[in-house]
Amino acid sequence: MANGSTAQEPGIETHTISVLVDNESGVLARVTGLFSGRGYNIESLTVAEVDTQEHLSRITLVTSGTPMVIEQIKAQLGRLVPVNKVSDLTVEGPHVSRELALVKVAGTGEKRVESLRIADIFRANVVDSTNDSFIFEIVGKTEKLNAFIALMEPLGLVDVARTGVVAIARGGDAL
Amino acid sequence: MADQLKSGAEIVLKALADQGVEVIFGYPGGSVLPLYDEIFKQNQIRHVLVRHEQAAVHAAEGYARSTGKVGCVLVTSGPGATNAVTGLTDAMLDSIPIVCLTGQVATHLIGNDAFQEADTTGITRQCTKHNYLVKKSEDLARVIHEAFQVASTGRPGPVVVDLPKDILIKDAPYMPPNRVKHKSYKPQIKGDIKSIEQAVEIIANAKRPIFYCGGGVINSGSQASQLLTQFVKMTGYPITLTLMGLGAYPASDPQFLGMLGMHGTYEANLAMYECDVMVAIGARFDDRVTGNLAEFSPNSTKIQIDIDPSSVNKNVAVDLAIIGDVGHVLEDMTKIWKAKQARVDREALKVWWDRIDAWRGRDCLAYEPSDSIIKPQYAIQRLYELTKDKNTYITTEVGQHQMWAAQYYGFEKPNRWMTSGGLGTMGYGFPSSIGVQMAHPDALVVDISGEASFMMNMQEIATAVQYRLPVKVFILNNMYMGMVRQWQELLHGGRYSESYSEALPDFVKLAEAFGAVGLRASKPEDVDDVIKEMIAVDRPVLVDMLVDQSENCYPMIPSGAPHYQMILGPADKEANAISKEGAILV
Ligand SMILES: Cc1cc2nc3c(=O)[nH]c(=O)nc-3n(C[C@H](O)[C@H](O)[C@H](O)COP(=O)(O)OP(=O)(O)OC[C@H]3O[C@@H](n4cnc5c(N)ncnc54)[C@H](O)[C@@H]3O)c2cc1C
Ligand SMILES: Cc1ncc(C[n+]2csc(CCOP(=O)(O)OP(=O)(O)O)c2C)c(N)n1
Ligand SMILES: [Mg+2]
Repeated sequence: MANGSTAQEPGIETHTISVLVDNESGVLARVTGLFSGRGYNIESLTVAEVDTQEHLSRITLVTSGTPMVIEQIKAQLGRLVPVNKVSDLTVEGPHVSRELALVKVAGTGEKRVESLRIADIFRANVVDSTNDSFIFEIVGKTEKLNAFIALMEPLGLVDVARTGVVAIARGGDAL
Repeated sequence: MADQLKSGAEIVLKALADQGVEVIFGYPGGSVLPLYDEIFKQNQIRHVLVRHEQAAVHAAEGYARSTGKVGCVLVTSGPGATNAVTGLTDAMLDSIPIVCLTGQVATHLIGNDAFQEADTTGITRQCTKHNYLVKKSEDLARVIHEAFQVASTGRPGPVVVDLPKDILIKDAPYMPPNRVKHKSYKPQIKGDIKSIEQAVEIIANAKRPIFYCGGGVINSGSQASQLLTQFVKMTGYPITLTLMGLGAYPASDPQFLGMLGMHGTYEANLAMYECDVMVAIGARFDDRVTGNLAEFSPNSTKIQIDIDPSSVNKNVAVDLAIIGDVGHVLEDMTKIWKAKQARVDREALKVWWDRIDAWRGRDCLAYEPSDSIIKPQYAIQRLYELTKDKNTYITTEVGQHQMWAAQYYGFEKPNRWMTSGGLGTMGYGFPSSIGVQMAHPDALVVDISGEASFMMNMQEIATAVQYRLPVKVFILNNMYMGMVRQWQELLHGGRYSESYSEALPDFVKLAEAFGAVGLRASKPEDVDDVIKEMIAVDRPVLVDMLVDQSENCYPMIPSGAPHYQMILGPADKEANAISKEGAILV
């Protein structure tokens, strides 16, 4: 119990954290300011109102750090006055996480056909098409999107827009 | 029944009065004129006109720290608000409850770079516990009540309420405090009983225990200091306090080891290093306290009581955390201790005290006395002897004088010691003393100052004179930014780059020019007479104590060094040269 109990770096972990906040002006700036001010990483951040009656927004954050830093991040988030709840989906049990990307690929001939074939395998939809370009819409885990985008690279990838991760715990309980 | 309508400005004043505000420290300007008009029309709340908005916040901090109440500030938009930022940051780092009302341009002008517009909520977001921009007069009463609740509960801190001018003019209904309840803000006050039981067990079984307590005990109210004192006495264990905690336990009690940390005592630091159980109460393991983290108290089981989960496991991992208010947790802890009839290990404790007494025997606060030159330590010791039996409050600036004050002035009670610990703001002490004196008109209020720090907010002599506040500024004038000079001596080969206090004013004449009283002491035999005269004069006094210019502040843990590597005095310096890593941590 007593030994070596000072701050150390036993390895960096990635966590997905859900934060329920009052949807008031400045709340997102508080969260991002906290991360930049204290030097924490944000790998992804999404936000939208999820309860229009109570005016609550849900922020989904993907962040990384040592376990001690992750604990600090949660404590610091909890300290913000408009924050209702902080929940670490990564430690609190199984959860589902999804991200959406729009991927623009330009090209003709075999490359164009190949991009369509891969899109099919990944269950990406074509949402826009010209003679020499496609926009694919793809939904899935971050790794799936990464893999798809990597495959599009040699086939004429020109533009990517991603939403960032949204996540929710499995099972019947609310946040 | 429809509520009666009032103007926004009336609502603000009514809300402040309902929150028990007695005094506002402020400075007027265009955007807050409606509020100043309301202040003019009433006589329940006093307004103290400072001479710089930074001073308004420090004055409110002094008021708050010495009373346990919320300090209230009012400044205008733009430069008024930006001038307040240092004060707000200071209050943030030291957990001082402040509500600061800032003027703002009218709502339709916001974002247009209007005259004296500043993005006050943007600028102050990171240096306040919370802030608000009020966009409707209907929200005013609720927001102000909420601001007081947020500032004063949980871990206290500064709250800014930004008030556009049109909002102050429009009419709206008033809402009393009891109708306001915040949606999401609920600090945890009571500690987990299971954890408290576990703590009692660990504490009772300790062989080499220490209590390490801080500003959170003061924040928790004077009752918490009493509970702490009772509990510590019941155990017979040693206790040390941080700079922010001084007064939470009586300094004259033999169980008190003095302050710990960079300029703490030898016995306190070694006891922290050697202990087997550490009970941290309302203390946040600041780097001035821990020294080298890797070697910080390596063999102890650590218990931490704190109201803010972010203070736990931040710098130092603890074995048992109890989240809650110090007062509440100590009350439960005392009950459980008594119910369990917990017994301490007398024999082990005797051995432990023997070791501590041996460390104490080094007499680490001894200094070379002189009969030709005033030693700064001597000046503080005399100040202490001549004021300790009076109703005295001490504030300080930042530097060597601050550390000497912490080392040589003994505090028996909480709320008697106001210092800028976290931000270390030169210029804090004098305006703070004005706030203290406003709250305690009959008390003796002394700002222990350095000549350089004093000049950061010396314009406030005018405030002290205007309101007939008999504050005393006790300047340890060493003609140097002494703390900077000390570091340059230790780390930079004695190259005193820009740390000499060139072109100083004649402080006696300066005082007189403002209509205050100036006194000077240049020899040890003058010291007592000057202090006595300072006390006797019922007006603001500036004391220019010409002290030894080369004196350094010891003991000292060089930054980055562990607790056992203390420099005890000038002769000790060579043995403990500061490492490169240490120099970064200065
Ligand atoms: C030149 C200089 C030198 C310094 N040297 C030293 C030194 O040698 N030694 C030293 O100790 N300091 C020193 N300091 C001060 C240092 O920088 C820190 O300000 C100080 O150590 C922090 O004190 P603290 O741990 O008591 O925390 P504070 O800043 O007082 O924080 C209070 C803690 O208590 C908690 N708390 C608040 N209210 C409650 C409540 N109701 N219930 C429970 N918990 C609560 C808070 O969450 C927080 O964690 C120095 C400062 C300067 C400017
Ligand atoms: C606003 C501000 N600027 C700079 C510093 C850095 N600093 C710390 S102590 C000090 C010197 C203080 O000199 P003085 O007030 O004469 O006190 P002394 O150390 O001589 O007792 C300085 C410049 C600070 N703490 N605050
Ligand atoms: Mg000086």
